Amino acid sequence: MLIRSKKSSEISESSTTPESIYLQRREILKGLGIAASGLILPGAAQAGILDYFSSKEEEVVADRRRKLSATLNPAYQPDWQLTPESKVLTHNNFYEFGTGKADPVKNARNFNTEPWHIVIDGEVDKPFKLSMEELFKLFPLEDRIYRLRCVEAWSMNIPWVGIRLADLIKRAQPNSNAKYVAFETLHDPKQMPGQSSRHIGGGIPYPYVEGLRIDEAMNDLTMLSVGLYGKTLAPQNGAPIRLVVPWKYGFKSIKSIVKIRLTSQQPPNTWNITNAREYGFYANVNPEVDHPRWSQGSERFIGEGGILSVSREKTKMFNGYADEVASLYSGMDLRKNI
Amino acid sequence: MVILLKIVIHLLAGGTFAYLFLLIDSGAFGGDPVKDIIHFTGKTAINLLIATLLVTPVVKFTKYGQLNRVRRLLGIYCFVWASSHFATFAFLDLGLDLSLLSTELVKRPYLVLGFSSWLILLAMAITSTQAMMLRLKRRWKQLHQLVYLVAILIPIHYLWSTKSEWIEPSIYIAIFVGLLIVRHQQIAKIINQLNSKVVA
Repeated sequence: MLIRSKKSSEISESSTTPESIYLQRREILKGLGIAASGLILPGAAQAGILDYFSSKEEEVVADRRRKLSATLNPAYQPDWQLTPESKVLTHNNFYEFGTGKADPVKNARNFNTEPWHIVIDGEVDKPFKLSMEELFKLFPLEDRIYRLRCVEAWSMNIPWVGIRLADLIKRAQPNSNAKYVAFETLHDPKQMPGQSSRHIGGGIPYPYVEGLRIDEAMNDLTMLSVGLYGKTLAPQNGAPIRLVVPWKYGFKSIKSIVKIRLTSQQPPNTWNITNAREYGFYANVNPEVDHPRWSQGSERFIGEGGILSVSREKTKMFNGYADEVASLYSGMDLRKNI
Repeated sequence: MVILLKIVIHLLAGGTFAYLFLLIDSGAFGGDPVKDIIHFTGKTAINLLIATLLVTPVVKFTKYGQLNRVRRLLGIYCFVWASSHFATFAFLDLGLDLSLLSTELVKRPYLVLGFSSWLILLAMAITSTQAMMLRLKRRWKQLHQLVYLVAILIPIHYLWSTKSEWIEPSIYIAIFVGLLIVRHQQIAKIINQLNSKVVA
C-alpha cells in the first residue's frame, strides 16, 4: 500500500519543498479531491476523507518525475477537457505491474529507469543505441494533446510530451527492406513482478511486443512520449519512453521501450498472440467493428468529477484522426484487418 | 446459535458494502474505480452464492439442521450483491444508455449468462417469503432448483468476462463443480423428470 502515516518526528513537507513545487502538489491534491468527492458520504466518514488527503500527500513525496521544457505544437492543441493528472497517474493498464487498474501505480513505485538505453536496429543502414540523455539532446520535445482510446471502451485526453517517431527512425536510415517497425518493452522480472508471476501478470507472454507498418510509424501523429503534464513519465505510464499512436487502441502504445527494430515481415504483437479473435495487428479505433465482448460504438470518457458523473461519448472513426490517417488504409477491409 | 450466525452474516455481507466504500475512498482502486467496483460487486455475489450452496452439504455432514435457517438470508444477500453488480455496470460503465444496455445484454454471450442468472435470482428473491412458498406449492421447489443452473452459468460468465486471466475463474469453476457433484443424486432426479416431460 502507498499509505504511510507520518511520524510526528518528521518535518512537514511544506518546510522542505520549494513553494512552486509544493503548490503544484496542491494542484494534484485538488484533483484527487474532486475524485474523492464524487461519492457523497455521510458525516461520520468525513474524518476518513481528511486522513486520505494527508496520506495522499505522502504519496507525492515519492514522485520522482522531473519538469520538462517542450515547445507547444499548435497543430495538436485542441480545446478539450483534459483528464485530470491524478487519474492519468492512477488508472493504468500495464500488466508488467499487475492486471488491476490501480496496481501499476503501487507496484511500479520503485521501478528504476536509470540508466536506460534504447536500440534502433534491423533493416537500417545506421543502427544506433541512445541513452535517454542523448535522446533529449538530439531531439526537440513537443507538447501535444491527444485522445487515448482504450480497447476496453474508456478514453482520456492527455497532454503528452515527446518526439516524432519518424525523426528517430530517419536518423537510423531505413533501407528498402524496412516495411514494418517492431517494438519491445524491457524484460526485467526482478523489477516487473508481472513478468515472473502468472497471477500478477495476467498470463500474457513477456516481453511485451508491438508493431506498426512503416507508413504508420512515419506518420506525423505517431509519437515517442517521454512525459505528460509537463513532467517526465511516471513508471506506471511507461517511463522513461513509450509509444503513442492516437488513432489506434491503447494497447498498441507500448510502454518502457528498449528496442525498436525495422523489419521486412509483419512483427508479432502481444495481445494478438494472446487472443487473435479479439485483438488484431492494426487495432485501429473503429466504432463500426465491435469487440467480441462489448460495443466499440461509444466510450466512457474519464474526465473530472467522481464516479457518478459518467460521460458516455460516441466513438469516432480512427479516434477522430481520420483526416490524418484514413488514407493509410484505403482499399483495406477494416472488418477483417482488426 | 442461529441468531448469532445470522448477525455475523449481516455484519459480513452488509459490512462488505462499507468496506467497498472505504476502498473507493482511500484510492485503492485508483483514479477511476469503475471497473474495480464492478469486479468487486460481482465477486462478492459469487462468494455469497457459494456460501448459500454450501449450507445443504454442511447440514448433511454435521446433521445440524438449524443451519438451514440461514440459507435464505445468504441467498438474499447474494441477490443484493448481484443487483449492485448489474446496477454498477449499467450506471457507472454504460451511463444508463438503455438502448446500448439492451443490445449488449442479448448480444454478448457472457452478458447473456450473467443477466439470465440475475433474472433467476430476482425470481427467487421475490418468491423467498413463507407466503409465496405456500402459494406456489410444488412450483416453488421447481423455481428454486434453478439455482443449480445459476451455479453453472455464473463461473462461465466470469471466465468469459476476463481478458487473459484464467486461474481465478478456474478455481471458481472447480468450486461450483464440487458443489454440484455433492448434489449429483438430486440433480440426476431433476434431469430425469425433465426428460420424462420431454418424452411425454
